[in-house]
Amino acid sequence: MEAHILVIGRHPEIMDVILRLINGENGWHATGALTNEKALELFNDNNFDLVLIGGGVDEESLNDLANHFKNKNPAIKIVKHYGGGSGLLFNEIQEALNK
Amino acid sequence: MIALFLAVMHSKIIKTIVVITTIVYNFVYCFSLIQSEREMQPKNLKTMQTIIHRANTRGHANHGWLDTNHTFSFAHYYDPARVQFGMLRVLNDDVVDGGKGFGTHPHDNMEIISIPLSGDLEHKDSMGNTAVIRENDIQILSAGTGIYHSEYNKNIDKKVNFLQIWVFPKERDIAPRYDQKTFNPEDRVNKLQVVVSPSKESEGVWINQDAWFSLGNFKKDFQTSYSINQKGNGLYAFVLEGDVTIQDQKLNKRDGFGVWDIDAITIKADSDAQLLLMEVPMN
Repeated sequence: MEAHILVIGRHPEIMDVILRLINGENGWHATGALTNEKALELFNDNNFDLVLIGGGVDEESLNDLANHFKNKNPAIKIVKHYGGGSGLLFNEIQEALNK
Repeated sequence: MIALFLAVMHSKIIKTIVVITTIVYNFVYCFSLIQSEREMQPKNLKTMQTIIHRANTRGHANHGWLDTNHTFSFAHYYDPARVQFGMLRVLNDDVVDGGKGFGTHPHDNMEIISIPLSGDLEHKDSMGNTAVIRENDIQILSAGTGIYHSEYNKNIDKKVNFLQIWVFPKERDIAPRYDQKTFNPEDRVNKLQVVVSPSKESEGVWINQDAWFSLGNFKKDFQTSYSINQKGNGLYAFVLEGDVTIQDQKLNKRDGFGVWDIDAITIKADSDAQLLLMEVPMN
């Protein structure tokens, strides 16, 4: 399944791992943002199917970003990621895309 | 004629009124009975819920150096019906070849518990911890904002078998934390020994979740019970060795059995058996 995924996190090394793992999957394309500003910029300029919120993103930022994303694209799927590029990553994405 | 007609009509009207009154009375009576029965029942009484995961239905992957069985969906094993049990997300039964292991990799926001069943596992992490965990040790890693670690089989000539258990954290983005403890196996012979708990004063290793793990080594025919620590929590039992019966459900080695909407369970050892109980919030 083709999917464009925006990953938002605060930890550069974990971000690298997550991007590498997602982009290693056939049909999945991930782009990362380490700041809210970058995330908003990327979201406004691209069509994403899913937003993955990684570690370090506080509740206030998360709510602000989610509101912005939902306003721009009500169908966007937003998932809190747990595990940091672990064996759960594929499951989380698959679950969200299947909903 | 008119008098007769009026008398008949009057009689029919009275009969109709009687019938309607009887129907209304019966309806009100039945309704009040149902209501009073409801009030007599304890509030929030729910029916016990269960789920069973037989050992041979687990997701299996053999990576050469790693032979693993996943009770819940993990990596490329994905079954939407088996994603988690409440806050319990991962239960991997890993066998790692001598000298091999998981190279340095990151985690965040996850409570990771390792329980060696046989062999020795060498742990190194980005907080500077280097340790070897052995049988009767329990290791916990609260990944929080982010941590790197590696886990290798300490021995070249012997496999290590360990359980890798992941629980969703109660609080996201806490400071990363590592702990390990050694437990005396004598203290779980025919009793349950708490090995993981949310209380820092408890003997178990501390977890960033309202979760309690217990181990028990039971002799054949031993019976006991387990009471839920926190209302609303569920219990997931994993049979390490032997056969047990929990709430009339017969279980064998490496079977998993989840129970929720219940205050306590009964356990019976059908053979000499070893059991891991994991109490976790259901949502």
